[in-house]
Amino acid sequence: MLNQVVLLGRLGIELIRDYGKAGQLLFHVIFRLPNFRKGFPLVLQQIYAEGVLSLIIIIVSSLFIGMVVALQGYHTLAKFGASAELGPLVALSVVRELGPVVTGLLFAGRAGSAVTAEIGLMKATEQLSSMEMMAVNPVHRVISPRLWGGFISMPLLTIIFNMTAIYGAYLVGVKWLGLDAGVFWSNMQSSVDFHADLLNGIIKSVVFGFVVAWISVYQGYFAEPTSAGIASATTRTVVYSSLAILGLDFVLTAMMIGGW
Amino acid sequence: MDNNLVEVTNLHFKRNGRPIFNGVDIVIPRGKIVAIMGPSGTGKTTLLRLIGGQLQPASGKIIVAGQDIHQLSLSELYKLRKKMGMLFQSGGLFTHLNVFENVAFPLREHTQLSEKMIRSLVLMKLQMVGLRGARDLMPSELSGGMARRVALARAIALDPALIMYDEPLSGQDPISMGVLIKLIRAINNALGLTSIIVSHDVQETLSIADYVYVISDGKLIGEGMADAITRDPSEKLQQFLHGIPDGPVPFHYPAVNFEQDLMREGE
Repeated sequence: MLNQVVLLGRLGIELIRDYGKAGQLLFHVIFRLPNFRKGFPLVLQQIYAEGVLSLIIIIVSSLFIGMVVALQGYHTLAKFGASAELGPLVALSVVRELGPVVTGLLFAGRAGSAVTAEIGLMKATEQLSSMEMMAVNPVHRVISPRLWGGFISMPLLTIIFNMTAIYGAYLVGVKWLGLDAGVFWSNMQSSVDFHADLLNGIIKSVVFGFVVAWISVYQGYFAEPTSAGIASATTRTVVYSSLAILGLDFVLTAMMIGGW
Repeated sequence: MDNNLVEVTNLHFKRNGRPIFNGVDIVIPRGKIVAIMGPSGTGKTTLLRLIGGQLQPASGKIIVAGQDIHQLSLSELYKLRKKMGMLFQSGGLFTHLNVFENVAFPLREHTQLSEKMIRSLVLMKLQMVGLRGARDLMPSELSGGMARRVALARAIALDPALIMYDEPLSGQDPISMGVLIKLIRAINNALGLTSIIVSHDVQETLSIADYVYVISDGKLIGEGMADAITRDPSEKLQQFLHGIPDGPVPFHYPAVNFEQDLMREGE
């Protein structure tokens, strides 16, 4: 019994220590004077690596998700003679929930895991140590651009996800099932509010982007520098990011519906 | 000017509760090649990391270029590190950059030199290590010996006062080993550097070292010029220098009596 209490206490201390280390890392990234001449190209590179290279998975997934939502929605709405409401159904589902959440999950799986594995491998192959010995701070040179790159990429990917998913729904609803294009678009336009729907969805994506990028760099930077250590750090990135996205989504939705 | 570039005094260091250094004193005079030798796992690489300020000792003092390295602020430490170069065992080359960009990295980070000047300096450093022709290769295309030579060129890019070599010769074929030994000596003399070599390749290291320290079980077990070290009567030292499998450094990891262990029922 006492051993279990000791074990629980140790786990608690380790958890607090981990949060402390993650907070310290974030502090060093955020609260420093930016060096635009050196930092901007590095952030751009990361937007390419984390954002542009994630485009294919985001576009393909969002197209199919939009098509499936339209197909399911059309047949359900048709039962109540409300198939004209397909546009609003799809748009609201996508911009409020599916866009930020699914983009976040895909982003964690595609870019977050890659960032963790890359940083972990740099650590294992002494690249971070050699950087330190060359008087270059790896937190500024490696961690910071990756965190900002992820933070900037996520909302942009979410916007692309939203557009492609709605286009997928248009293909199914209008081109395949024969819904009138004017009805589809005009109902969507009249039902979607810029602030309550679009902007709130983007705010969610900003929060998810920040959290996924933070988890990814933290897991990579503090990964055990062995092949097993990097593998488990990569897994943790995907698991923790996914749980954080889903948990935060509930909190943010509750706040937004409650009018903040 | 102080004659010693590095002074390690009464160094104590523990890892996971296990003592690694137990009162070690080492002096590295300017302009010399000093070898720190010892069996695997004695903390030779740890010592380099302590000198470079990457690890904190439990107690003791490490003075580098007149400054207590563990009392410096981060910015002061980074300023001092610009005067240090370190060659890591794995090379530590940036895998996303080619050979040229790897060597140019410290120059781009710490100087405002023009692209033309950086190019000239990088080519000069690569010429010194004989790899000017490999400037466009990626680290994955280099052999182990070549990677270490590129890392060496990068380590001397800022013309440091001190260069630390972590196992520069381990795992190298005889030709690469010969090339690296020649380079370490040539670079030390040509650039007026002070070099610390951590190694367990006895003969090769003794052939270039001006002074040798041998560490085992967290303590110095011998020191002196290469000739004197080889004549030292210490049993422990002789076991290490001649690679005798059993002796004061036991072949067997501490364990209970073998017969008792065999007779013990399944645990």
